[in-house]
Amino acid sequence: MNIFKLRHDKLNIFHQNRRKEAVKKEIPDHVFKKCPECENDISVVTLRDNLYVCPNCGYHFKISANERIRQLCDDFSFKETDAKYITKNINNFPDYDKKLNAAKSSTGMNEAVVCGIGKINGQPLALAVMDSNFMMGSMGSVVGEKITRLIELADKKKLPLLISCTSGGARMQEGIVSLMQMAKTSAALKRFSNNGGLYISLLTHPTTGGVSASFAMLGDIILAEPKCLVGFAGRRVIEKTINEKLPDNFQTAEFVLENGFIDRIVERKDLKSELNLLLRMHGGK
Amino acid sequence: MSIELIEEEIRKLRLEMDAMEVGSPEYENQKDRIYDLQKTFFSSLSAWDRVTLARDPKRAKAQDYIKHLFTDFIELHGDRGCKDDGAIIGGLAYFEDMPVTVIAESKGKSFEENMKMNFGMVSPEGYRKALRLAKQAEKFNRPIITIVDTPGAYPGKVAEEHGQAEAIAKCLYTFADLKVPVICIVISEGGSGGALALSVADRIIMLENAVYSILSPEGFASILWKDDSKVKEAAEVMKMTSYDLKEEKIVDYIVKEPIGKIEENFMSVIDQIKRLLHDNLKELSAKKKSVLVEERLNKYRNLGVPPWKM
Repeated sequence: MNIFKLRHDKLNIFHQNRRKEAVKKEIPDHVFKKCPECENDISVVTLRDNLYVCPNCGYHFKISANERIRQLCDDFSFKETDAKYITKNINNFPDYDKKLNAAKSSTGMNEAVVCGIGKINGQPLALAVMDSNFMMGSMGSVVGEKITRLIELADKKKLPLLISCTSGGARMQEGIVSLMQMAKTSAALKRFSNNGGLYISLLTHPTTGGVSASFAMLGDIILAEPKCLVGFAGRRVIEKTINEKLPDNFQTAEFVLENGFIDRIVERKDLKSELNLLLRMHGGK
Repeated sequence: MSIELIEEEIRKLRLEMDAMEVGSPEYENQKDRIYDLQKTFFSSLSAWDRVTLARDPKRAKAQDYIKHLFTDFIELHGDRGCKDDGAIIGGLAYFEDMPVTVIAESKGKSFEENMKMNFGMVSPEGYRKALRLAKQAEKFNRPIITIVDTPGAYPGKVAEEHGQAEAIAKCLYTFADLKVPVICIVISEGGSGGALALSVADRIIMLENAVYSILSPEGFASILWKDDSKVKEAAEVMKMTSYDLKEEKIVDYIVKEPIGKIEENFMSVIDQIKRLLHDNLKELSAKKKSVLVEERLNKYRNLGVPPWKM
């Protein structure tokens, strides 16, 4: 048995080194990013060390699903589930394949959500993280199915569930099937809730349309990142309907909090520790 | 030929008919020509034709269905929070001799009525009224019949402030495990999450020329192709007709519509719906509550599962 353990440890060191290299390679030092809020140039390294929050004005940059997992989960604790499921254009919707392929190659992901089981300060949880870089995080049949399967897994393993939402809504290209994912995920959450499961929903920029009108708004506890966009209808559609300009803060996390639809706004730097506390209070280890 | 052209043609023929003697051979001949025209047209409807039919302001509305399907309808108002939304008509009625709860999204027939009903666009308060009535039905063990006819949930400022997304999500969540039978009838237009909120049901009945989609063809064309004029193509690729949805197994029954306007033979439609309601209510009411709920949850679990096993 010792031989296996030894081999495992050696492999681990190898993987760790490889991952360190990968992280280094990802971001060259000389790249700067402009903060859309205060318009300062920030080096990407500074940004990364600051969890992709602007050190000057506190603007929260959009982050990828993998970065979110890196920030929230304990090192190497995250095990992805259903990673290989890919969307197929069964209805032959024009240009859908092209868009899917473009999204796949630019993000390196198979779909707009990453699901799996990870640990936050040693406490296991089921975690789904959406990524708005993949076709605006829109929900088609694979996204809906992966999330539903994760909810069922959490139910079976009696784990708390966290979904980090970011999405433009249901995916137009899949039509009515996308719409049905709203009902599917909501029904799965109902069953999970009836069995006593804890579901924490984290809203990040932007959470709108069919996703906000289904699982995003169904958390036992709903958290949001500062100033993220949360709403159902798009700003332009509303302005056209009511024929007036909307205030700047319309549909921000602060606006939604004031109207009573979310529990808390949490800054990214405090997110892990707050989640840790919440999990602990619900019987985590 | 498009629906407008056909209607124009029929109007002309009817005008000519007025000058003729009732019952004369020409008159009958003319009548047959009108019928033939309608028949050819209705046997080859495009998706967009059906959208046009479904949106016809004169088409029968939820109020008409409530009047003819049920007896002793008593309307109940308000969400017990802050408002009574006119876009949802809710209440109690008898179906045959069984008390049921009716929850309907409804458009108006006149401009005044439409102002009151906001053209069938439901606000969060409307969904909360629906939720309240659904919970009440569950308490008193009454089946629920929902009627869907909406272009979509209302995209207004106040609607957002009052949590449109949360209200729709709560409908999906709550209807998923209601312990009483739920049957949904899609009578005309079913648009996006606003329609879905009231169509989480054990059985879904859809009228032949009704449409149901992720959003309006106009919205679809402008979002995906940045071109509002491509609505007809959009309606075609969106697969929004009753036959498309039956194929996707989202709809259980299609109710055949008469040739010509639905109002011309409304009772045939009502009779078909009555029969379907009768049979399905009987079947669903006989089930144990836990079985009923489990079957509904499983139904939604198995909707739109992608074919990822290669």
